[in-house]
Amino acid sequence: MKYSSLLTIATVSTLLSACGGDTGTMQYGPTVELPEPKYGLLPDMKVAKPAEWGDQRPTVPEGYTIDAIATDLQIPRQTLLLPNGDILVAEGRGGNAPSLKPKDVIAGYIKGKGTTSVQSGNRLTLLRDADGDGAYETRTVFADDLNAPYGLALIDNSLYVANQDALVRFDYEDGQTQASGPPEKVTDLPSAINHHWTKALTASADGQVLYVGIGSNSNITERGMTAEVDRALVWAIDANTGAHKPYATGLRNPTALAIQPDTGQLWAVVNERDEIGPNLVPDYLTAVQEGGFYGWPYSYWGQNVDTRVRPQDPDKVAAAITPDYSLGSHVAALGVAFSNPAMGQEFADGVFVGEHGSWNRKDPVGYKVVFVPFSEGRPAGPPIDFVSGFLGSDGKTRGRPVGVTVDPRGALIVADDLSNTVWRVTPVQNRPS
Amino acid sequence: MAVVVESRYSQAIHPLHEVFLAGSLSLFLGATLSDIAYATTYHIQWNNFASWLIVGGLLFAGIALIFAIVDLCRASRRAKGIVLYTAILLLTWVVGFFNALMHARDAWASMPGGLVLSVIGTVLALVATWLGFRTPRIGGTK
Repeated sequence: MKYSSLLTIATVSTLLSACGGDTGTMQYGPTVELPEPKYGLLPDMKVAKPAEWGDQRPTVPEGYTIDAIATDLQIPRQTLLLPNGDILVAEGRGGNAPSLKPKDVIAGYIKGKGTTSVQSGNRLTLLRDADGDGAYETRTVFADDLNAPYGLALIDNSLYVANQDALVRFDYEDGQTQASGPPEKVTDLPSAINHHWTKALTASADGQVLYVGIGSNSNITERGMTAEVDRALVWAIDANTGAHKPYATGLRNPTALAIQPDTGQLWAVVNERDEIGPNLVPDYLTAVQEGGFYGWPYSYWGQNVDTRVRPQDPDKVAAAITPDYSLGSHVAALGVAFSNPAMGQEFADGVFVGEHGSWNRKDPVGYKVVFVPFSEGRPAGPPIDFVSGFLGSDGKTRGRPVGVTVDPRGALIVADDLSNTVWRVTPVQNRPS
Repeated sequence: MAVVVESRYSQAIHPLHEVFLAGSLSLFLGATLSDIAYATTYHIQWNNFASWLIVGGLLFAGIALIFAIVDLCRASRRAKGIVLYTAILLLTWVVGFFNALMHARDAWASMPGGLVLSVIGTVLALVATWLGFRTPRIGGTK
């Protein structure tokens, strides 16, 4: 069933809604052409109907294979590679944003059609491949009773987990399959409403600072400006004391963070605002500048003013930084990881980006994992499909990628929160014979 | 000598019809006032209030519209002027429907179009209510 047709109630509404065809322009890279905003009477909504994988598998480049290393999880979102090769999977669903308008009720119902019906796991699952044959034969619940855990980071013997309401710490020893006890709280995280509830997490290269991505509490301030205190920013948290400060602001929904090897620079993928057309606003990948302001809510992609925000703030608009690299509008990037030479020559230098897939667009985009090649530490060239086929040619979606993690031994771990699977993509030459 | 009196009047509109008709006016008016409050203060809650008041107005006007259409179909209730009344009420509902879509836009994107449609809808609801109540009728007699 096409949900777009459900909403296109009558011809007259189609005429009045400004949901014109997609221009088809590729919005990739450091400079993009942005169309004028379109305010349709009805926002374009198209959520692909879920289907089972059956015998099908996601598509990977030639010379690579993909395996499901864990299935029947409880909404896997982000993964963490532990030093001994074990994989930790954060499972859960958060958010408690109330419906404020009749529109929220209807839109929530439609978007819900494209997500899993499984209950939130609120736990960490550990996967182990003890003999290195690529099959993760051991599976344990590392910790449960968490609150929508999402971001994961390991510093020495401390495992940090970003719940939707707090950053917590577990003791961790190499080889452990189960937490030794309940976690201790490092600091509370902003959690009122939690329209965007995911708390992305990564640790600085020196292990002193934890960066937490905190999304906005609305699409574009429709829950009021007071709901946006301490939102749409990245916090820098002292790993020892839990003291925090804003590191960068104006980032609407920083859903995944990663530290660049060699330079130690913090990078983020950020989901931008909706409902001003199919080609606005590009989600992006950017190096996060300390103290930088990236526009939300006052402007997008630098100084493009969003007139939906009142009162406006010309000074903030003037200060807004243009992000480094557009991933395309509405792709919903939820995962980012730096690659390494073990991933194969073509994919050795760059980042993998997990794209959950669009809802606010007639022609769906995203629903894949792309590789953004880097050169001299900066993005260079258009994104390359690395794992695709989540959205089938039949228009149905069998999976939706979220977190991506690179195994130093040469494998990409992809969490899929629709089919509740963890996928592992390996170069064929890395596979044990 | 027998006198045959033929009533020139139809029966009175149903009391529930009256309630929903008049009620829709107050709901659409409430939406207009909420829109004005949002436009002058930027406090988003007024925008939320307006959205729900419009839905309420649509529900009430919709029920009144069903009564009016049923009346149109029954000779004993087909009062003079009912066609114009029903047409205006239908127009009120259609404007209200587009206003509801306009108010589904986030934050200031619903303005100023939402306020304009709210004012038009309120005026139409007032006219419809006026026409609905002034239509000549008598109750009870055959």
